[in-house]
Amino acid sequence: MKKKKPLSTSSEWTFELLQDYDREIGRLAKAFKLDTYPNQIEVITAEQMMDCYASVGMPINYHHWSYGKHFIGVEKSYQRGEMGLAYELVINSNPCISYLMEENTLPMQALVIAHACYGHNSFFKNNYLFKMWTSADAIVDYLVFARRYISECEERYGIEEVEATLDACHALMNYGVDRYKHPGKLSLQEEKIRQQNREMYLQTQVNELWRTIPQTKEAYDQEEKKRFPEEPQENILYFIEKNAPLLKSWQREVVRIVRKIAQYFYPQGQTKVMNEGWACFWHYTLLHALYDEGLVTDEFMLEILQNHTNVIYQPSYNSPYYSGINPYTLGYHMMQDIRRICENPTDEDKQWFPHLANTDWITSLDDAMRYYKDESFIAQFLSPHLIRELRLFHLLDDAEHSELEIKSIHNAEGYQKIREALSSQYNLGNLEPDIQVHSVDVEGDRALTLHHTQRNRVPLGKTTPEVLKHLHTLWKFPVVLKTIDEQNNVVAEYNCPSK
Amino acid sequence: MTQLIDRRQNAGKKSTVNRQRFIRRYKQHIKQAVSEATSKRKITDIAKGEQIVIPAKDIVEPRFHRGEGGRVERVLPGNDIFNTGDKVKRQSSGEGEGSGGEASDKGEGDDDFVFQLSREEFLEIYFEDLELPDLVKKELARVTTFKTVRAGVTSSGIPSNLNILRSMRQAIGRRVALVSPYKHQLDEAQEALKALLKKKTPDEAEIARLQALIEHLKKHIKAVPFLDTIDLRYNNRVRIPAPSTQAVMFCVMDVSGSMDESKKDIAKRFYILLYLFLTRNYKKIDLIFIRHHTSAKEVSEDDFFYSRETGGTVVSSALELLHQTIEARYPPSAWNIYVAQASDGDNWNADSPYCLELLRDKIMPLLQYFAYIEIMPRHHQSLWEVYQKVGEQYPNFAMENIDTLADIYPVFHELFKRKVG
Repeated sequence: MKKKKPLSTSSEWTFELLQDYDREIGRLAKAFKLDTYPNQIEVITAEQMMDCYASVGMPINYHHWSYGKHFIGVEKSYQRGEMGLAYELVINSNPCISYLMEENTLPMQALVIAHACYGHNSFFKNNYLFKMWTSADAIVDYLVFARRYISECEERYGIEEVEATLDACHALMNYGVDRYKHPGKLSLQEEKIRQQNREMYLQTQVNELWRTIPQTKEAYDQEEKKRFPEEPQENILYFIEKNAPLLKSWQREVVRIVRKIAQYFYPQGQTKVMNEGWACFWHYTLLHALYDEGLVTDEFMLEILQNHTNVIYQPSYNSPYYSGINPYTLGYHMMQDIRRICENPTDEDKQWFPHLANTDWITSLDDAMRYYKDESFIAQFLSPHLIRELRLFHLLDDAEHSELEIKSIHNAEGYQKIREALSSQYNLGNLEPDIQVHSVDVEGDRALTLHHTQRNRVPLGKTTPEVLKHLHTLWKFPVVLKTIDEQNNVVAEYNCPSK
Repeated sequence: MTQLIDRRQNAGKKSTVNRQRFIRRYKQHIKQAVSEATSKRKITDIAKGEQIVIPAKDIVEPRFHRGEGGRVERVLPGNDIFNTGDKVKRQSSGEGEGSGGEASDKGEGDDDFVFQLSREEFLEIYFEDLELPDLVKKELARVTTFKTVRAGVTSSGIPSNLNILRSMRQAIGRRVALVSPYKHQLDEAQEALKALLKKKTPDEAEIARLQALIEHLKKHIKAVPFLDTIDLRYNNRVRIPAPSTQAVMFCVMDVSGSMDESKKDIAKRFYILLYLFLTRNYKKIDLIFIRHHTSAKEVSEDDFFYSRETGGTVVSSALELLHQTIEARYPPSAWNIYVAQASDGDNWNADSPYCLELLRDKIMPLLQYFAYIEIMPRHHQSLWEVYQKVGEQYPNFAMENIDTLADIYPVFHELFKRKVG
């Protein structure tokens, strides 16, 4: 292949050069069949990057003290040099907004463009979880709506009142997500109209539920057998929004806003390994393709490789730097591994992955990206080859035993078990306790009972009573949380107000 | 397809509101830290911002999460020694096998939250609800100096202020306005002439007329000057009064035997408050320390607070020195002058009438504000009575009594309270 002239030789970036790189990387991405939203690349300063961090990575958000706290924390550790800022930040929106920091060198900017604008972008657009749960077209509009609504509430009802409601919602944010049924799409216009109708309608519904007018004897008997709610409810915030007896209609709307935003972030937590792995794989592949065409220099490539190596560095379990499995490392290696299996399968690979061996790697990898989340991705694609390479081992830590036990290591008997164990580590049920709304004492003191379904005897954390206090500020009647173990016994009970 | 946007010029500080919310929420903690900080510092370094520590338990955002215990399975990388079935001792905490995976669940750990309060925020909290008294504010605005600022353009001025761009723009406009009617006529005449010349039998008289007209119009156009005096524009500068932004603060203190360490400490805190308060209003502040017993002396800050003298007390000596210093170094036209005097109220009885005279006739007319604090349980001596007379005459003379450390802030607050309406 005839080598082209390099796009640049210095490490200073200019807007023209960014455009050149984006054009070339975009051309290669197309050749690799990456399907993306249009890109919107924004160059920002370090301070603006910290602002973005603080508002959970969103370009616009409502005001809340906790964002101030995060900002102060980030600013402090950045100023002391304890941590560098991420080189980029990318938002799942259409067009896909990526932020580049002005401090980056040109090779870093190119890396970020490949990583965010083509890697993450195509993941956002095509992964089934993102497609199903988030609407990239509407998110920025929705945040604009949320910010305006909340600041209006602050004007009307006072900052303190709104803050208390938001605090309570934030405490329950992870339980404001529908895991099984999925929501409709949002648009700003619709949302406004719906919100106004909702305000009126909701209150009438709640009133209906809490009606105190005596019913006829017959109706009463029928009703009595029914539990409320009939089925346990996993979405606690949704339940609150619809059923909390004394919430004002603006508070219901605030609950809804927090819930919607939680829903938007829900897929990100479940695809961290895949999403980062995919982006790393593509910045590596796209930039090497640039290099093969002669469009970038050796110096450029060395800087890229050095950064790439840092990003996918995985300290060993006994290293002082160890803090869990690095999702970048795991994801990147799995993506590379799939390509390897497609192109050069060994006998072992043929046995484990008959459906992958000797197929077109671009199609196979694309399928893997589209139809999996971390849990199923690992269960499906973690290969013995990679288990050996990362020297993974499986450990059992049982509080009832005085010692830890090594259950399996990287050998023939261990592969399948390690794969299962690692996959279940990314199972949402293992990441968060399973807590659901169980019942409401409609006739009595209106107490709300939650059930925590315990697995493997793992108890709830220390802040649980605090969370219940927050729940109580929304529900305004007694709140009870019972931990139910695998034998259906109640092993712990939390009350608010405490008995 | 790709849009590239430079956002660097956009306003940063998007998080300012969130930061303020945070500070509002933790005001109690922050206020406490601020008041502790002020007792430890020198007067002039007081306003440096402060490190605020908020205990982790007060700042945590609670969530439901998994606690420790139960049966947990983990996959870890980098196996170097283990074989299936090996048993490993559990390590109590921190590093080592087993505990690593948990670090990510627990989030930020149990460290206290530490952050730096900026100078502005520090002062904001320190001086909440305080304001220079109305009267003093009026004094603040007193015209003392002038500065020249640009104020648009005018049509008259001196050549060095000529604004060439504006003048040329003016000239172009004038030329267009004056020339265009002639240009139209000229175009028409030329067209007519051309049409006439094409005819087989041209009307000679008409041609001559047109040619004359064309000549005439051309002359007219040429006569419009390129630049006229009415085009000229000059940069305008006006002198506006600028309130003086420098202040001098005199700290006057009795160091006779009866003033012990704790009384001096109270005085120091009062001076700090006043100093800080003034830094919010003035760019430059000089501090002058005058201590006195039977005679007065100007000293350094350290000597002022930490050396002890014995003997009687003659307050007028300090007031005399104060007056001399103002006369010699701080002309009231250029300086805003504040005096804070602290004493235990002791004075040689025969001296008090002289103090009254000095203050009333010589010193008070020069000052913005005079604050006197008496650090003594309430049985006042002659000095207090004399000062009360001054206070009746001058509204910018304030006096208060301080018994204990705890009174300082309320008293200061009282002296500088924001007046309603």
